[in-house]
Amino acid sequence: MSFLDFSHVTKTYPGVKALSDVSFGVDKGAVHGLMGENGAGKSTLIKILSGDQHADQGEIRIDGRVQAYTSTRDAFDNGVIVIHQELQLVPELTVAENLSLGRFPANAGIIAGRRMLDDVGAKLKSAGIDIDMRRKVKTLSIGERQMVEIAKAVMLDARVIALDEPTSSLSSRESEILFSLINRLRGEGKVIIYVSHRLDEVFRLCDSLTVLRDGKLAAHHASLKGVTRDQVVAEMVGREISDIWGFRARKIGDVRLKVDALSGPKLQTPASFEARAGEIVGFFGLIGAGRSELMRLVYGADPRSGGTITVDGKLVRATDPRGTIRAGIVLCSEDRKHDGIIQGRSVEENINISSRRHHTRFGVLNRASEIATAETFIKKLKVRTPSRKQDIINLSGGNQQKVILGRWLSEQGVRVLIVDEPTRGIDVGAKSEIYELLYQLAQDGMAIVVVSSELPEVMGICDRILVMCGGRVSAELTRDQFAERAILAAALPDQKTPDAIAS
Amino acid sequence: MTDQLKKILLGEQGLVVIFVVAFALVSALVPNFLTDRNMLGLLQSVVTVGIVACTMMFCLAARDFDLSVGSIVAFAGMVAVMASNYTGSILLGLLAAIACGAFVGFINGVVIAKFRINALITTLATMQIVRGFALIASDGRAVGIHSPDFYQLALSKLLGIPTPVWVLAILFCIFGFVLNRTVFGKNTLAIGGNPEASRLAGVNVDRTRICIFALQGVVCGIAGILLASRITSGQPNAAVGLELSVISACVLGGVSLAGGRATMSGVIVGVLIMGIAENAMNLLNIPAFYQYIVRGVILLLAVLLDNLRSSALGRR
Repeated sequence: MSFLDFSHVTKTYPGVKALSDVSFGVDKGAVHGLMGENGAGKSTLIKILSGDQHADQGEIRIDGRVQAYTSTRDAFDNGVIVIHQELQLVPELTVAENLSLGRFPANAGIIAGRRMLDDVGAKLKSAGIDIDMRRKVKTLSIGERQMVEIAKAVMLDARVIALDEPTSSLSSRESEILFSLINRLRGEGKVIIYVSHRLDEVFRLCDSLTVLRDGKLAAHHASLKGVTRDQVVAEMVGREISDIWGFRARKIGDVRLKVDALSGPKLQTPASFEARAGEIVGFFGLIGAGRSELMRLVYGADPRSGGTITVDGKLVRATDPRGTIRAGIVLCSEDRKHDGIIQGRSVEENINISSRRHHTRFGVLNRASEIATAETFIKKLKVRTPSRKQDIINLSGGNQQKVILGRWLSEQGVRVLIVDEPTRGIDVGAKSEIYELLYQLAQDGMAIVVVSSELPEVMGICDRILVMCGGRVSAELTRDQFAERAILAAALPDQKTPDAIAS
Repeated sequence: MTDQLKKILLGEQGLVVIFVVAFALVSALVPNFLTDRNMLGLLQSVVTVGIVACTMMFCLAARDFDLSVGSIVAFAGMVAVMASNYTGSILLGLLAAIACGAFVGFINGVVIAKFRINALITTLATMQIVRGFALIASDGRAVGIHSPDFYQLALSKLLGIPTPVWVLAILFCIFGFVLNRTVFGKNTLAIGGNPEASRLAGVNVDRTRICIFALQGVVCGIAGILLASRITSGQPNAAVGLELSVISACVLGGVSLAGGRATMSGVIVGVLIMGIAENAMNLLNIPAFYQYIVRGVILLLAVLLDNLRSSALGRR
């Protein structure tokens, strides 16, 4: 039995089996890699380890003892600390204060500043972390903040430390410091779980590796000796494509959407691409690769700082959604709850919110046409709702997505439809209905852009795939060139220039 | 039996049912309540709150807030009296008052929508600034009305019903229509429901919010004119605390402070419930100090009821 044991861990979310029967063990003084595609179950596993979520079945054992904690606080007290991508520090407090938070040395409620500095200083020194304790956290770089997070774990005498994509926002120099710190912690006999997309880091740092795929254990390597990178990529991908996509070839016409050197505050590198009438273009990449940012720029949701957009050869001057909708570009956002549905309002109002302007007179609604439009699209898109008056919040995710699609399809002049993660959190049946709809719309001459983090999905439904990585388009493949490995390789951050990703 | 009662009280029209029951009870139990004279008096007493509640409803429905209404009402009343005294034309005075109200509202709207300053803070500031202007304009004193025709605004009657009550009724109709049957109204509710999604759906969020505040200013101008006419002078200290009565009436009428939910019928009922409670307490000679307590309790009960109703709807 290993020091840290995951035993038959299973977790189900409504409609999705996030983890099923995952078991593996990690020894003391080892750095253990955890890899997998987006949605493979890594975050869920880490959340269960950190006490944030509770496993439906199975258990976690540390040093042979079953961990029955129910909160992150409990996990803390049991020596398990997870360091997330978003760091949990108080910016206005100093490093020393952050490290003593919740355990201030005090006399009658008055903080003993001297003692605090001495305690923290001794710990930092023994861990080999070199940071000025008196500085406020808000003045530190991201890399330094990460050090403070790790110092927190050291202060608490953590036995298990999990790091979730720790280098995603670090420069290569900062990464080096992190690696030497991790090596030191390994020497002290800690268990370190290292979640990363970066193969070279994993191979350099880790003693052992677990690969997850679709919530299941795809591979467990107790040692990385003799394991090749290709082998790991194959384990991450490794599923067969079954034809739930029902792809249909279409006639592809002239260029409809042309995006040229578009850039904005959240997308520094100018990006260009085209989409033709009748074509379905896929954008694949890891989370944070810049796909959604690019689409928001095209749609005018965020201000753009450079570049041009043309639709059917006509320059789109508008820089807000109001204008781009009128130019024929519409977007179904990735975050349906925050950017899509209008909570508290009916399905009917959610459908009509934009297209009603075609039917109003002096700002007065045309009730008959609003009702007709709502009924038409509820029927056409098979939205399952008791009535058009139902509050949209009460509909399932798939049906909310259909209502948003209905909102845009009721606009008559749509030429470019952008859908960002159209099937996230949607059950299989609704998925194929949405694919079918996309084929139909493309058939009718729309240019369709699909952003997805699910590789099989983009491969299944798109005519062409653009891969993004670190804010730039890293590869473009036509349907006959589709190959999982090539696409995934282009999506994984380039090992030679980690700084480019950080910037 | 209790299930049915629950269904009625927590249903869409629950508040109206409660209002009807309360009205019937008060009519039966409070002497002199259900008389022509008292009814007209009651309606006249809710004119100011009712008029301002029309646009406060829009403000709250769009997830905004306006604390400056009381000050604008007082200021607009002063402007109406002083401008008509100065020019000798009542019409010019009225126009000046409405224009001033609209201007203050517009400024509120621009600061809130364009400069993204919290509505509570912005209107807290303008509330004090505008009150200051009203006091400075007359050096803190009341200004008497020169032309007796000005009184007629409040005193005149049509079909036996005072003009201000007609104005109130017309505004109720107009704003009920605007809320339910116009793009502006639907956009207001959509913004309250989810501002970011509304923007991404092509709604001009900033312009809509500015319009709401400007309209609020116009309506406060109208309320200020009618109030000045009723109290026969421009009072810089008039309508202190009006904002709280108006917001109470709206919340009582089921307008959600979280935005996205409002009905004109609800607000009308809210305004009338407040009016009836006050009227009945006056008729029963309940001292003013106790009236505060009763008003607060009514508001709390109404909000509790609303909360129950929301969770009942959520479970469905």
